[in-house]
Amino acid sequence: MRLVATLLFVTFVTFMATSLLPGDPVNALIPIEAQQDREFVEQLREEWGFNDPLPVRYGRWLGDAVRGDLGNSYVTGRPIIDEITPRLPVTGELMVVTVLLGILIGVPLGLLSGYREGSRADKAVSAFAQIGLSIPNFVLGLMLIYVFAIRLRWLPATGWTRISDSVTGNLKTVAMPAIALAVAEVAVYLRVLRSDIIITLKENYILSARAKGLTDRFILFRHALRPSSLTLTTLIGLNIAGLITGTIVVEQLFAIPGLGRRLFSAVFQRDYMMVQGLTVLLAAAYVIINATVDFVYMAIDPRIRRRA
Amino acid sequence: MADPTELQPLQEDGQAPALARSLPPFRVRVGRSLWNAFREMPWPTRVCASWLVLIVTAAIFADWIPGLQDPNYQGFLFGKGKTLDPPSMEHWLGTDNVSRDILARVVHGARTSLIFAGGVLLCGLVFGGLLGSAAGFLRGRFEAVVMFYVDVSLAFPALVFFLFAITMLNRRGLGIMTVAVSLLTIAPFTRIARANSLSVSNREFVTAARAIGTSRPRILVREIIPNVYPTLVAYSLVVAAVLILLEATLSFLGIGVPIPRASWGGDINMGRRDIAINVWPMIPPIFALVMTILSVNVVSDWLRGNAASRSSAL
Repeated sequence: MRLVATLLFVTFVTFMATSLLPGDPVNALIPIEAQQDREFVEQLREEWGFNDPLPVRYGRWLGDAVRGDLGNSYVTGRPIIDEITPRLPVTGELMVVTVLLGILIGVPLGLLSGYREGSRADKAVSAFAQIGLSIPNFVLGLMLIYVFAIRLRWLPATGWTRISDSVTGNLKTVAMPAIALAVAEVAVYLRVLRSDIIITLKENYILSARAKGLTDRFILFRHALRPSSLTLTTLIGLNIAGLITGTIVVEQLFAIPGLGRRLFSAVFQRDYMMVQGLTVLLAAAYVIINATVDFVYMAIDPRIRRRA
Repeated sequence: MADPTELQPLQEDGQAPALARSLPPFRVRVGRSLWNAFREMPWPTRVCASWLVLIVTAAIFADWIPGLQDPNYQGFLFGKGKTLDPPSMEHWLGTDNVSRDILARVVHGARTSLIFAGGVLLCGLVFGGLLGSAAGFLRGRFEAVVMFYVDVSLAFPALVFFLFAITMLNRRGLGIMTVAVSLLTIAPFTRIARANSLSVSNREFVTAARAIGTSRPRILVREIIPNVYPTLVAYSLVVAAVLILLEATLSFLGIGVPIPRASWGGDINMGRRDIAINVWPMIPPIFALVMTILSVNVVSDWLRGNAASRSSAL
């Protein structure tokens, strides 16, 4: 219920902001010569429904949006949804690879430093996490470009190869942007897992497992990891929503044809309809992912379910 | 983590976010106690604290530092300087691709960064703090409206909202940037303030104040707000790191402060164009940016860990 209210209001704010812009929206859609003809413009306003009251227009726009029709781009004239669809898998792949990298590197490091709390390895990992959190993704991206594209010439500095065209080519183009995004993810994941593991290892059932003579490795993976990964699971979900911001930056830096880059070019072209459409889409995705995470969290943690 | 709205975990049960709960009341210690705190820090934290003092001082006094050049003076236009000059006695950190003094730009970039972060934090503390305190104490319809605003602004990813705002307003600049980001940053502050205000409202001294017939506005001002603010101040240090990062990101993308105003992110973007020829001009702003974010993070971690051991005195 709350989710629906938020979504409605988000779309309403976005719609209102676009509608209250100075200037006649009709002028943006027809050639300059035609704009001189006042009668013709007025006729078009009536025909296209710009003369209707705002709530009516909002309702109509929302109805269309739900059915996937976000209007046409002012600049290219093509339906916005047609421009977005081919870009979705690009941004999606970038996000999936980033999260996978984050888990593959962050979980072992978190386990290690939580298991050996206070050791030299733990300190090194914690220092890495602290620094990883402090380096902006675009700075990291620039460093990667400098080393791997300019000095070593192993990877292309910018651009994108679709996975359907060439798998290795695709891996080469996804590697640097994904790493630039993943370092912060790794840092966040390992910190959370580390502190949870430290708490879990002090539980009585770990002590009894030890008393039974189970090996440390078995205890760590079979007894400690599961209960310690609850916070991590939610966090990964929340971070997927947060990654929307990250991909916009990185897509711009590496010239990747994803949603973020399209949003950017629309901003610079003043393509209001495109900006509106993408904002609504991204904000909706953000809200829905966050709500799903809350739901999943309740489903996997029996303690929270009971409290609610 | 360029998104200030990511900072608070979602909790629907009226509980303070995990972070807020872990933060005990934070007392501002001045003078000698500040120096004592500094002496108690391990050395990496001490380095970070010193860096913060240095950068804040430099940002405040940027215009009055003797010998510091004009960050927008392009010597080569007057035949007096070279572009992409390596460090020398004249230009301690060299010059950038239009022969501006890099040291001066880094110092003035600190100012841009701090004005932005300071402005947004002030808005968050004042508006978020007051709205949240009032919402938690007054409850009812007022609270519902405030929390709806919070929910809606948390629904926008910061960068998406910012891009939307600058397109619709069709204006750029430090002022508009501060206002747009403040609109979003008020939300997490409101949320924390409300959660704290809810718990403070149930304490004995509030009941006592009610019992002796104190008016509601007076309780709010004298009892609730003073007890809500310490947590917010501690939280604002965490937000500061995110805001510095956000300013740099926006300026790097060319949608932040307009050129020629000095900004770390903007200068990194300028240097990026020459990345294949000469990387030097990028390095000082990158160092300043990373070092500042790192310092804020390290110092706020230390304060949190350290304040925890002292809060028992309360």
